[in-house]
Amino acid sequence: MKTVLKGNSAVAHGVRLARAQVIAAYPITPQTSIIEDLAAFVAQGQLNATFVKVESEHSALAACIGAASAGARVFTATSAQGLALMHELIHWAAGARLPLVLADVNRAMAPGWSIWTDQNDTLSQRDTGWMQVYCSSSQEVLDSVVQAYRVSERVLLPTMIVLDAFFLSHTHEVVDIPEQELVDRFLPPLELPLKLDLQRPGAFGNLVFPDRYMEFRYKMELAHREAVEVWRETDREWGRLTGRSYGLVEAYRMEDADTVLLTAGTAASTARVAVDQLRQEGLAAGVVRLRVFRPFPAAELGHLLAGRRRVVVVDRNCSYGHHGIFHQEVKSALYSLPERRRPQVLGVIAGLGGRDITVAELAQILLKAHRGELEPVTWWNVLQPQEELATAVASQ
Amino acid sequence: MRELRIHGRGGQGAVIASEILAEAAFLAGHYVQAFPSFGSERRGAPVAAFVRLDNQPILVRNEVYQPDGVVVLDESLVTLGLANVTQGLKEGGFVLLNSAKDPEEFAFLGPYTVATVDASRIAVEHRLGSLTAPIVNTAILGALAALSGWVSLAHLEEAIRSHVPVKPEENVAAARRAFEAVKIAQPTLVGR
Repeated sequence: MKTVLKGNSAVAHGVRLARAQVIAAYPITPQTSIIEDLAAFVAQGQLNATFVKVESEHSALAACIGAASAGARVFTATSAQGLALMHELIHWAAGARLPLVLADVNRAMAPGWSIWTDQNDTLSQRDTGWMQVYCSSSQEVLDSVVQAYRVSERVLLPTMIVLDAFFLSHTHEVVDIPEQELVDRFLPPLELPLKLDLQRPGAFGNLVFPDRYMEFRYKMELAHREAVEVWRETDREWGRLTGRSYGLVEAYRMEDADTVLLTAGTAASTARVAVDQLRQEGLAAGVVRLRVFRPFPAAELGHLLAGRRRVVVVDRNCSYGHHGIFHQEVKSALYSLPERRRPQVLGVIAGLGGRDITVAELAQILLKAHRGELEPVTWWNVLQPQEELATAVASQ
Repeated sequence: MRELRIHGRGGQGAVIASEILAEAAFLAGHYVQAFPSFGSERRGAPVAAFVRLDNQPILVRNEVYQPDGVVVLDESLVTLGLANVTQGLKEGGFVLLNSAKDPEEFAFLGPYTVATVDASRIAVEHRLGSLTAPIVNTAILGALAALSGWVSLAHLEEAIRSHVPVKPEENVAAARRAFEAVKIAQPTLVGR
């Protein structure tokens, strides 16, 4: 059924359709309306789940870990400081190989306090063993939540579904809500191979000596490698059922593109409009959207980007003291290409703390990249410290 | 694609108005976006909400900078200079104000189609909100439908009924009343 939903409501509908059994969450802007919608679904009997109210995000994830260990399908949602507070248990959930799904509405980390979008909250959790999916429309948010349960439960790794604050979380748009029967066929009830079970007592989370710890971690790595193919197959199957699939990366007008803009989230949607404009002026530009970030789709990126002249990666994040995080990862993935097939990879850091990234700016970035006028790393549209000080004083 | 900006004060229903308009346009078969200004809103403070309509999927996800039309739920935002309501407004665009005055009195806004409707009085007459804080969003949408032709009154009524939990029929009646009562001054008629 087609209707008009905001990104946060699309998350909630995805969780409802996936028949999550336990939801534990703590409110934080801009995530809060996700769990408000879910609380309403539970209260109205549209979702047969236990909604656990907790005193912090750390407790929220702890409750989810407990429920998942007992074999329940669970969900939580958070943003920024809330995700940071979960950090210890973020590692735990992955190490315990629990197929949780968490929605994070990207919000910039404080200080200074911000409620607006950037990706440093989720990218700070990059090395925890979670899978991460960056969405660019409300429809994709709903579809990805359902897909994530299937992939997570297959490979026994948790998934973070990531959406931009406001540009996606609070933007209403047309969404096709699939029928429950369709989702039920796609996503059978969860049957964990090992769980807390009174009939089969066991110990969980024990001390592991150096002779075994590395093997546990190697299995987690193997699960990620397997997950690449499971994401492909799951996305294809969803496409067969609904007509909608996204791939691990999404290519737009890439057939003959020699200058490519690569980014994630809503900026990748806006970038299509910029590319359409530049194409009308005869510039062979294209967009690659990084959707599944963990496991990293190195094969897809190599296939799409080999032989292009320039790739400019727009990061709504930064690893301070180095570059944008997607920039680093894309560059390292392409280094294994033969030298003559290796594109120049440039980085632009833009839109931190919710600053808008417009069609005109993305077109300008592409144009500069095309003309060879872009530095290897650019902080886009940012005041120099002395300018910032002068304007701050002037505005007082 | 058409873009609209709605100015109001926190609590007047600007954001809900954007959602109702988007729903009405969706019912007419359009693709839509509706979103609030991305700030931390407080009751009484100036706020804005935005709507995009198109007959194809909307890919642009930046903020609205050059609207085709502007709706002002609170006249004092203009008279007290609290919001630059014509900022970025496209040439040939419109401004619809909640005001008891004639649109000609807002000729100073510039070469735009200016329209007024006394949405506050209509809201009070239909017992929407209170005398001091009437809820004007459904009334002004009726005037917007008449002024812009972007949505039909029938689709607007359907969207109001599905969005307004309390007094849906009073809200629909207010929209109808404002649809009839809106006063429009074309830019050529505005004294310049």
